[in-house]
Parts: sequence; C-alpha cells; structure tokens
Amino acid sequence: MSWSYVLRRIAMFFAVVLCAVTVNFIVPRLAPGDPTAAVLEQLLSRGQQVEGAADIVAAYRARFGLDDPMIVQYLRYVGNTLTLDLGTSISYFPQSVTSQILTALPWTIGLLAISTVIAFGLGSVVGALLAWPGSPHFVRSFAPFLMVLSAIPYYLLALIVLYVLAIWPGWFPLGGAYSGSAPSFSLNGLLDLLYHGFLPGLSIVLAGVGFWALGMRGAMIGVLGEDYLTLAEGKGLSPRRIFFGYAMRNALLPQVTSLAIALGTAASGSVLVEVAFNYPGIGYLLFNALKSSDYFLIQGVAFFLVLTVALSVLVLDLIYPLLDPRIRRQ
Amino acid sequence: MIDAPLLSINDLSVSYAIGNERARAVDGLSLTLGAGQRLGIVGESGSGKSTLALALMRLHKPPAMIDSGQILLGGTDILRLDQGALRKFRWSEVALIPQGAMNALNPVIKVREQMADTIRAHRRDMSARDINKRIDELLVRVGLSTSVAGLYPHELSGGMKQRVCIALAIVLEPKLIIADEPTSALDVVVQRVVIETLKDVQAQIGAAMIMIGHDMGLMAQSVDHLAVMYAGRLVDQAPIREFFRRPLHPYSQLLISSLPSPDETRPLAGIPGMQPSLLDLPAGCAFHPRCPLVQPICREVMPPLETVEPHRRVACHVVAEAYNVRA
Repeated sequence: MSWSYVLRRIAMFFAVVLCAVTVNFIVPRLAPGDPTAAVLEQLLSRGQQVEGAADIVAAYRARFGLDDPMIVQYLRYVGNTLTLDLGTSISYFPQSVTSQILTALPWTIGLLAISTVIAFGLGSVVGALLAWPGSPHFVRSFAPFLMVLSAIPYYLLALIVLYVLAIWPGWFPLGGAYSGSAPSFSLNGLLDLLYHGFLPGLSIVLAGVGFWALGMRGAMIGVLGEDYLTLAEGKGLSPRRIFFGYAMRNALLPQVTSLAIALGTAASGSVLVEVAFNYPGIGYLLFNALKSSDYFLIQGVAFFLVLTVALSVLVLDLIYPLLDPRIRRQ
Repeated sequence: MIDAPLLSINDLSVSYAIGNERARAVDGLSLTLGAGQRLGIVGESGSGKSTLALALMRLHKPPAMIDSGQILLGGTDILRLDQGALRKFRWSEVALIPQGAMNALNPVIKVREQMADTIRAHRRDMSARDINKRIDELLVRVGLSTSVAGLYPHELSGGMKQRVCIALAIVLEPKLIIADEPTSALDVVVQRVVIETLKDVQAQIGAAMIMIGHDMGLMAQSVDHLAVMYAGRLVDQAPIREFFRRPLHPYSQLLISSLPSPDETRPLAGIPGMQPSLLDLPAGCAFHPRCPLVQPICREVMPPLETVEPHRRVACHVVAEAYNVRA
C-alpha cells in the first residue's frame, strides 16, 4: 500500500464530506416551514402567551443569521461544520448541536456497532454453512427462516421483540438505556446497560442476520465452484482448513465491503429501533429534531451520519488491501 | 501394458443427472497404466476426459456420480476408501494439475502457505524449517526463484502459476500425476517449456502421468501411449509412434489428417458433423453418423474395445474385421 493510495483515499473522504455538507445545507431550506415560527407555534399550542411574536421571530432569525444572503449562510455553514461547530439547537436552546450529538453518539455506537458486528459474524458463519455441502442437514432448514427475518423491517421486529420479551412476560425493561437518572460506571452499572441494551440489540441482530447470511451464502456458492476449491480438496486438506482458509476467507471479501456501508448506515437505518425502545442515541435525537423542525440539529445529525459512512468507507479502503492482496497493487 | 500395472481402471462409468435422465460422460472405460508411464487422453470437449480425471481422485461433484466400476491404484480400491482414508490418499498417491491453472491457486494466500498446508496435511511430523526447505527446493526444480514463495498468485504470470502447480503436484512425490489440459491457457512458447518441466519432474520422481488434452502435437512430444475418447467411451489406444504412423480407428485417422502439416500445402480438413449429445446417443457405434467407413452393422451394434495388436486396442467393426479378430 503506497502513500499516494492513502492520500488519495483521504482526499476522497474530504470531497465526500464537502458534498454532504452542501446537500445538507440546501435540503432543509427547501422544506416548508420556518424554524422560529415552529417553536412559537409549539409554545402557543401549549397555551402560553407570547407577546410580540413577530418581534421574537425577527430577533431569532437575526440571531441565527436566517436573513443573510444564501451564499453567506452557506460559506458560514461550511466553515462552521468543518470546525465541528454545528450551531445551537433550537429545541434544546441554548445547548450546542455538537454537545447534543456527542451525548447521543456513544449510545448509538455502543448499541449499533456491537449489534451490527454480531449480526455480521453470526450471519456470515450461518450463511457459509448454508452453502457448505458438508454441513449437517438441519442447517439447510434455516434458509427460509432467515429469508423471512431479512424481509421484516427493523422497527416491526423491535415491536415484536418488545411485546414477546418485555411487555408480556416482563423479563426486560420497556425502554431506556439505564436505570435511574444516569448510568453508573460500576460492574452493576455495566450489567444494567447490557440488560437495557439487550432487546434493542436483539432486534437489530435478528433483522440483520438474515441479510448477512443470504449474502454470504451467495458469495460462498460462487467460491465453491472455483478451481482452487477443487484443488484444495484434491490436496487432501482437512474440511476445516478448506472451509475457513479457502472458502470462507474468499467469500468474506464482498461481505466486508457491505459491512463498512452497513456500519455507516446502521445509525440512520435503526432510528425507529431507538425510538421504539426510547434509546437515547442518534436516531432518537434525530426523531425529536424532526418533530420540532430543529434545522440545526437535523443538519448536525445528518452531517454526522454522512461522516460515519464516509469514515467507515475510508477505514475499509485502508484495511481492504490487507484482506485482499489483489487490491494492493494499483 | 506391463505385468503389474500401477493403475487399473475396470469398467468405470460416470454419469451426470440431468433432470430425470442420466448422461453417461464416462461409459464402461477400462485401462491400465504402468509405473512411470505417460498416457495421453484426447477427445473433443464433452467426450468425458475431464470427468474421468476428476473421478480418478473422486473429486467429481454432484450431479456427477460414479455408477459402477473399479479404480485400483497400487492395489488400493479408490472407490471403496472412506472419507478419512480418501483424504490421506489424495495428493500423496495421486496429484492433480487442474484445467485452467489460472484459478487453481487461492488468491488470498501466499504460494508458500498453499504448498505448506498440503505438506502439513499429510506429514504431521515435518518441522516448519524442513517444510520451507522442501518448498524452496521444489520451486527451484520447476525453474522458479525461491522468492516466488513469498508472492500471491496474482503477482505471477500464467507460466509461473503453472510451474507453481507443477511444484505443488510433486510436493509429496505421488505415484500418479493427472494433468488436465495443463497448458491450455498458455501461449505456444510457454506451453513447450512448461511441458518439458512437467516431463522432467515426472521422470525424476518416477511417477506415472495421465495427460488430458486435445492438442495432438503436444501429445506427440509428451506421452508414451495415447488413448482417444469419443462420447464417453475409449475408442482407440496405441503407443504414440504407432498411433501417428498408422492410426486405426476412423476417428483417429480423421484426427490426424486434420492436423496442419508443414510439408504439404492443402486446405485444412476438419471432421464433418458434431459429437452427439450424451442424452441422445445414436444406436450402435456413437461415431457412425460421422464415419466415412460406416457399415450396416455400425448402425446397430456397439463395437467392443478389442486388442488388435500388442498394446493396441480399437473399438471399431471395420478395423476388427480387417484384423479378423472376430469369429
């Protein structure tokens, strides 16, 4: 792997981020509605008296710079974004968007990254066994079950899991990420986190495992037809060595590509899981920001989601040559 | 061919299940091969030669299935081995140089490791140092530098890959090497050099070799005996010089007359017609629709493979009659 390769990948990363920032800037401004007016309406609807509403709107618009020309708003936005100053949240005023996101981020990373990796690992092994002629017969019967799982959306699975394991027998908490008002960093605190994270994690694993298994099965069938598999068998290698070193090792390559993208999009993909379980992550934050037309927060979250996709693709680009030697010389 | 053959195949039939029908890719084939001998098997695509090669190591995959027969190698009945014994037998007794060696190596593992795993699978007691020494020695023997061991397959040229495959084939000094179109993906110059290398190492370790292909010229330089397959059956077998000097089976005659000759100027002659589908073989001799010497009996009775001269076997009514081997 040469330095120019690494530099090119990093340059690509920044180009993607800049495009995302631009789109991110334009899209919310195309939507109808005015953020300050939205906040005022909220206050009004709660029966609060707001005097001089027009003045307040004007004052806020001035404060958030919504009256400046678009190009000025844009340049300011790009500059601020690149320094991770994503503005002030309107609905959680005066907290900054960055601090909101940084509070939510560890929850999402903890929940989604771990569940996605578990789903990936489990699904890949099961998928490989589905295609492997030497695996026991009962493994074959998993296939239709996995297809059904991969077809059910995350949030529906979340609701089913919630009902079957929490509401009905009362084994698990209905939502939240921890007991009490703040997580504690003791052994008990950790167990409590696992206890709360189990159901949302389970629904993500269940929803993901079918996808990974079916993808792996397809890749595996392709690899099993290759000449080097016939030769591996001819060489008298043990089935275990052929399975792991020859078949799975090669079939995993396309899977890893999908993993990087899945890790990036997992955050947005499971907004509804976080909502269903009241899990205080990015998805939940985004859901609330959308409800209250909180421009800056929506933009901030969207920016972070793009950042995670771009980052995971960057990381993939940098580690993929280690997995597939054919990529190394380009 | 000689008193105690190394390999003897008796009445072997391999078929592919296609829907409810079975296509006999190898049909009642018998042959023997002595230690150190080189046998070439030629035939058109679909004549069953690659199926035969895979079946000899029991590497055929469903829908292919061995229906009947016996394969004896050094007294071991290959078709009766259980999975564990089969694994030990493979490569230590019979090694394969596969068709299309381009994809025969695992793309994500270095050459050294692909050779080492083979040795480790069979010689548990061999130390890592001895294994590495052995690999270096083999690479040099096939004309490669030892540094090739540290490379990945995609870093090698086609000829180098094929040499690696040859080195790999002799890593355990097998008694039999099966080379399935070992040079089909190489250019003519490299083909020659690779075949020479293959012959050299085969002679050095004293292994017998079955070489499968359809390049008659290449066969002429490489093998002692030639066998011709047509539609799953062995139709002609002869020492290589005899075969070229005086081909007996009409199909063999046409094969040889279709070879371009540097001495005479004439239009290239092909063999008219197509090899029949294995699912819809003509009655009698499978070659009769294309045969210039066809007789009424050919359309009705399948000619058996008969020894007409020492070391020469032919399945043809016309030849059998000429030699008067039939009552």
